[in-house]
This record gives sequence, C-alpha cells and structure tokens, in this order.
Amino acid sequence: MVTMNLEGLEMIAVLVVVVLFVKVLEQFGLLEAGYDDSVEDELELSAVRHRPEGLEQLEAQTRFSRKELQILYRGFKNECPSGVVNEETFKDIYSQFFPQGDASTYAHFLFNAFDTDHNGSVSFEDFVMGLSILLRGTVQEKLNWAFNLYDINKDGYITKEEMLDIMKAIYDMMGKCTYPVLKEETPRQHVEVFFQKMDKNKDGVVTIDEFIDCCQNDENIMRSMHLFENVL
Amino acid sequence: MATGVAAWLPFARAAAIGWMPVANCPMPVAPRDNSKRQDELIILNVSGRRFQTWRTTLDRYPDTLLGSSEKDFFYNEETKEYFFDRDPDAFRSILNFYRTGKLHYPRHECISAYDEELTFFGIIPEIIGDCCYEEYKDRKRENLERLQDDQEENKDMKMPNMNFRETMWRAFENPHTSTMALVFYYVTGFFIAISVITNVVETVPCGSTANQKDMPCGERYTVAFFCMDTACVMIFTVEYLMRLFAAPSRYRFMRSVMSIIDVVAILPYYIGLVMTNNEDVSGAFVTLRVFRVFRIFKFSRHSQGLRILGYTLKSCASELGFLLFSLTMAIIIFATVMFYAEKGSSSSKFTSIPASFWYTIVTMTTLGYGDMVPKTIAGKIFGSICSLSGVLVIALPVPVIVSNFSRIYHQNQRADKRRAQKKARLARIRIAKSGSANAFLQSKRNGLLNELLELTGTEEDEQKLTKSTSLLESQHHHLLHCLEKTTAHEFVDEQMYEQNCLETALQTYPSRSPSISSHDSSVGTCCGRRVKRNTPLPNASTPSAHPIPTHQGPLQELSAIHIQCGDPPSHSTSRSNLNLKTDDSGRINCKGGRITTAIISLPTPPALTPDGDGLHGPPQRRPPPPPGHPAVPSIQTTTSSAGTNIVKVSAL
Repeated sequence: MVTMNLEGLEMIAVLVVVVLFVKVLEQFGLLEAGYDDSVEDELELSAVRHRPEGLEQLEAQTRFSRKELQILYRGFKNECPSGVVNEETFKDIYSQFFPQGDASTYAHFLFNAFDTDHNGSVSFEDFVMGLSILLRGTVQEKLNWAFNLYDINKDGYITKEEMLDIMKAIYDMMGKCTYPVLKEETPRQHVEVFFQKMDKNKDGVVTIDEFIDCCQNDENIMRSMHLFENVL
Repeated sequence: MATGVAAWLPFARAAAIGWMPVANCPMPVAPRDNSKRQDELIILNVSGRRFQTWRTTLDRYPDTLLGSSEKDFFYNEETKEYFFDRDPDAFRSILNFYRTGKLHYPRHECISAYDEELTFFGIIPEIIGDCCYEEYKDRKRENLERLQDDQEENKDMKMPNMNFRETMWRAFENPHTSTMALVFYYVTGFFIAISVITNVVETVPCGSTANQKDMPCGERYTVAFFCMDTACVMIFTVEYLMRLFAAPSRYRFMRSVMSIIDVVAILPYYIGLVMTNNEDVSGAFVTLRVFRVFRIFKFSRHSQGLRILGYTLKSCASELGFLLFSLTMAIIIFATVMFYAEKGSSSSKFTSIPASFWYTIVTMTTLGYGDMVPKTIAGKIFGSICSLSGVLVIALPVPVIVSNFSRIYHQNQRADKRRAQKKARLARIRIAKSGSANAFLQSKRNGLLNELLELTGTEEDEQKLTKSTSLLESQHHHLLHCLEKTTAHEFVDEQMYEQNCLETALQTYPSRSPSISSHDSSVGTCCGRRVKRNTPLPNASTPSAHPIPTHQGPLQELSAIHIQCGDPPSHSTSRSNLNLKTDDSGRINCKGGRITTAIISLPTPPALTPDGDGLHGPPQRRPPPPPGHPAVPSIQTTTSSAGTNIVKVSAL
C-alpha cells in the first residue's frame, strides 16, 4: 500500500493536474459545463420591428394628406429601418441639428412628449400624431402639446423645478459660445419671468388653464404659433 | 449638420413650437419654400442602366453633382432623363450613398477607377463609412507606393555635370552604373569572403608536425595568415576611406550602420598592431579578434536579402520585445517553482533560482539538454507544464514577424518586377508616341501628294492617295500643322535629326557658307544660312513604303531644304529668325520656317527656340518631297552643288 505523503507543493501540483484533466473532458463534451443559459443569450431577439397601421387609418387620425404621410413615412423609415425610434437614436438625430450645444436633455423631454404611450420608443404613429398636432392643429391643441412638454411628470401642473429643468435644457442647446455670455442664473431668471407672466394666482404652479389663457393673450406667442405651418 | 438627417428637419422645426411660450421676443420670419415641387421620381440613365430615385433623395447632398444644378448639364430633353456615360457598377455605390447616407467601397473595384468616379460625382472620399474606410485607405496606399516606385527609378538616371565626388558616390551606391563600380563591388565581396574564411580556417587544427599536439593552423602558418589579414584590412580601409571621401554628407555617413560595421571590422587589426607585444592585454587582444567576425556583415551591402531581413527585424521590434518580455516572465515563474519543488530532493542540481533559469530556458525552447532534470513528482509535473507553455509562448509572436517579413519581401519583389517591366513600358510609350508622329508625317506627305496631283491634274491618283483618316486624326494633324506654321519650323524624325547633328559637327568650319549663300539669290540666303546652322538633312529614306518613289541623295536634301524656306523673314514672332540676314529680298518662293527637330509628342514643348535647338529631342521623320515639281533657281549648299530640282511647294 503506497502511503501518499503529499507535501504542500505536491498537492498543488496534483490539483493543477486534476483541473487540467477536467478541462480536457469538457472539451470532449463528456462533462457538461452547466452554462445552459448562455446558449439562449446568443439567440438574442433581433430588434423589435414595428409596422404602422394602414395609410387610411392614419389619414383619418391625423390631418395629413396621403401624399404627405407617404413622404413622412419614407423619411422616417429611412432613418430608422426598424420602424421605431428609441431614445438614443432620437437624441442622436436631434443633436445633429444643434452642433454647438448639448441637445440631449431637451431631446429627452421631447422624446417623452412624443412617446404618448410611454413605452420607451416612438413609433411612426406617435411621430405622425405629434407632427399633426404641431403642424396642423389648432392653437389650443398646440398649446396643449407645449404644456405637456413642460409638465415633466405629467401631473397637470408645471412647477418651478420642472420649468427650470426645461429652461436649462433649452439653454444647454446654445452651448458655450454665445453673445452675451451665458451666465449661471440666466435660466433661473428666465423661469422667474415666465412664472411671473403665467402664474396668475401666484400659487407657485402653472395649470393648463392659466397657461392657455396667458398664451392666448400674448400676441407674440400667438403669432409664433403659426410660424411653422408651412413646414411640410 | 449631417445631411443624412435632413429628412428630420421638418420634425425639428415643428418641435420648436415647444419654445414659443417660453420666448420673450418675437420670432424671425420663416423662409418660404417657393419651389413647391411635388416629390418626383428622377430617372438616371447610366450607360443604359436606369436608376430611379426621388428628387429629394438626391437633394440631400447639395454640394455634389447629382444634388446640385450641375446635373442639368446631363439632362436629355427627348427622353426626359439624366444621362451619364459612366460605369453603372460603380454608380450603384454612389447612389446608395444618397439613399443611405453611407458611402461604401466595393472591394472588387479598382481603386483608381473608384476614385475617378467619386471625383466625377463630386463626392469626397473621406466620407467613406467606417466599415470600408480601412480597406480603401490600404488600397490607396498600395497604389501610391506603386506610383512612387516609378518616380524613384527616374532618379537613378545619370545627371549631367556630376563632379568626380558625386560620380564616385553613385558608383558605390549603385554598382551597375559603370564597369569600374562593378569591378570594385566584386573585388570587395571577394575579399570579404576571403577574410571570413581566413578567420575560420585559422582555428582549425592542422596536422601536427613535430609537436605533440595539434596546433591550429593560425599558429602554424602565422606569417601567411598575417599577410592575408593585412591585405584584407588594407582593402577594407581603402574602401572605407574612399566612401568617406565620396559621401555627400560625411557626418551622416559616419553615423550610418554600414560605416560602423566597417570601422568595427578593421579596428581590431590596428589595435592588434599597436599592442601585440604587451602580454597584459593579450586577453583583450583575443577579445578583439572576435570582432573580426563582423566583417561578415559587410556582405549586407552585397545582398538585398540580408538587408530585408535586417529591416524586418527592425520593424518587428515591438513583437520581438513582447516575445522577450513574456519569455522572461515565464522563465522567472517556472524557475521559482522548480527551485522550490526540487529543494527537497537530494543532490538536486537546482541549487538556486538563477541556476533554475538555465533549466527553464532549455525546457521552454524544447531543447532539453538533460544536464538538469527534476526528480520529484511535483518537479516533473511543473516541468512538463513548463515545456508545454514554452511552445505556446514562443509560437505566438512568430506569425506576426513572418507576415511582416513577407510583406516587405513582396514589396521588394514588386519593385524589382516594376524595374524589369519598366523597359517594356517605356518602349510601349515610345512606340505609341512615334506612331502618332509618323501618322502626322504620313498625312503631311499625303497632303503634299494631293497638291502635286492637283497641279498635275490626275484625279484617279488623288483618290487613291487620300487615305481615309478619321476626323479626330485629321483635326489633330491640322493642329500640329498650325504649330508648325506658328513657329516656322517643321517636324522631322529621329534619323534625320541625328544625321543633322552629325553634319553640324562636321561643318563647324565652313563659315563661309553664309556669305556664299548670300551671294546667291534671296532664296539661297535664307536657306544657306539656315543650312549652316541647322545642318542639312541627311539622305534618309522613309522607313515605311510610300506610294511615290523619292529621289535619294542630295537632290532630296535640296528640295527638302527648300521646302523649309517658307515664311518671309518678317515672321518676327519666331525667334528662330533672329539670326536671319535681313537682306533677303525677293525671297518670293520662300515659305515655311526652318528645319526643326521638335517632337510631336504633346507634353514636350515645341522647339520654339533659336538655332541651337536643332539638337533637342529626337527628330521626326520628314516627308521626302515628291519629285516632279518645277524647279526653282538652284541654291548652293555646303553639302551638294547640284541644286537643280528644287521643289516649290505651296502651303499644305
């Protein structure tokens, strides 16, 4: 009977040999590695594809003509072949229009405004509905949409913090090189001005009615609402 | 702004409504889109293959041909499409660029053809997408290298006016330029070989004579070997000094690798001369002899392969460094492990970790001398792991080095191939050029013949002669003829030109000829003088058969010369008239300029230069004049006296 007096180093050597042996067996498939879920991970489902509703339905739901919808869809699908825009792509695309500043924050708010069903992606329907309101909607609808944009948590009230966030995001798009130089408190001051104008009852929040009322009495705002009507 | 997302601009503008309630100032007026065109399909007909796309697709990139109004130049009214006479396959990728915003480089496409297409359609290659950019750049670099090789070869041509020093340097660098250089090259190579062989044989034991033990040959035939060594070193020294003298930049030459090798190769001898008798430093003396082996590196001047190897090793320095580093790491690890594993066993050779280094290196490189062998089980296990890992570690960087070597070697081979093909290429170019020149001269001949026939009035012959040249050719020839008329010189061919040169050399003396000719009629004046300077035409006959037999001999020359005397001297635009005598009145019959020797090939400038230019460029063949023209008063030329049949030729 051989007594195996294994000293420290020899034990380590034997361990190493055993480990190597196990690895070799794995190669031969005799030992299952036990990483079953890795196989399924490989089969990652390809990106979600989305097909929009038919042309007639969209025609009915929006104020665009057939041809306009066709042009819109072609442009949309060209940029996003999968049919949906996720937030990253949205931010990318929007940032390209504002090369000097950082448009990602504002794009985030914009994304939330377009993503009406809040599923994390903007499909063609969301896109076209939003555009329909902005380009062909009544002033009331447009103002509604703007309020929705400002109201980040969608609770029906615009607080000063929300407005400050929006304002900062807008000023971020300007970037650094502006004239006059952007100061730290400029957004805050702008928010103050805004609240002074809009918050009639001085309760610190702006409701939808206050907002619409105030905007309808402001000539500048009224005129600018019609500014982009000939975009498409 | 990337025009790829131009489709989203309407959206961004619409979303700007979100800023309106916040804004305090009125907004600027929006630009009106007056061209309210409906989006329409455009047909692009590229060599018959029709591509169709929306107009707005093309409008995305307004600074390209298709996106701007430049494409209106290609609009075909009848078929209502844009026609481009380009390669339809390459056009595919260009149109896809408009559609997807990404420009791809198709791998099967030739790089220069693709570049041309891009340039034509106004697209800059830098916007090729990341997926294809690397390939594109690689191919472009290869192409540039190929073109560069061509230009570098031209530098080898002998420059005129090289002084002695430069000639010597050139002889050293390129042995095939002159026989002396070649001889020198072989002689030095021979002596290098001799020197190396001497060093080797020196240590071989020769047969023992009366002594007990075998002596190396070096100690037996000391004098012979010393003489040999001296001779070699002298040759090397002379060579080094000559190179030093001839080098354009001595400082740089002294710093170059080859020169250092030269110095190291010959120094030991001199040092040995100085201290032969000093016993103390005999050890150092022996060491110095080792450096004599560096003479073998002098062979790298003679062998391109060696140079490539050296260059490869230099360029693979990082891979070699990595190999060394990883080997060192592994050696230290395994040496430590082996030492501790074998510590327990008795009479173990592994006395210390550095001692185990030797075992590790020998094992990792799979040498296995067997002078150190592990005895314990742990030692054996770790030893086998060590040898396995050694194989892996060494094998990893080797393919990188090999591929580097292969790339450099192929580059060199390609350069050699191009050099070999260069002759054929140049010959081809020359043939093409001379073909075009001959065509012109042939047509001039035909033109002359036509005139002749007009004068004689034979219609049928005329029609026979009228070779049907294409419109392009005839326009080209007309252009060349206009040039001739402008410069008052004519194109001739190489043979005539060379004979002209020869005869100019022969006729440097008869300076009386101008005066002789000046006594003649005005015709003689202009021609005689010109004859003197421009060398009369030789009696060359046309290489190609032509329908009308010509007069050989001096008559031809005379008539030929007379043809040249065309334009009146008031042709002051031509500098060639500068040395014209002004007393050429009554030169009624003189038309045309002098004999020039300009090349018809278009890149070279025409010989609008004074007389001395008769020596420029290969001359072109002049058409021999047809005979039978009415004679004109004879002129006296230096070459012949019988100036009878002088041809009067009206303007071609």
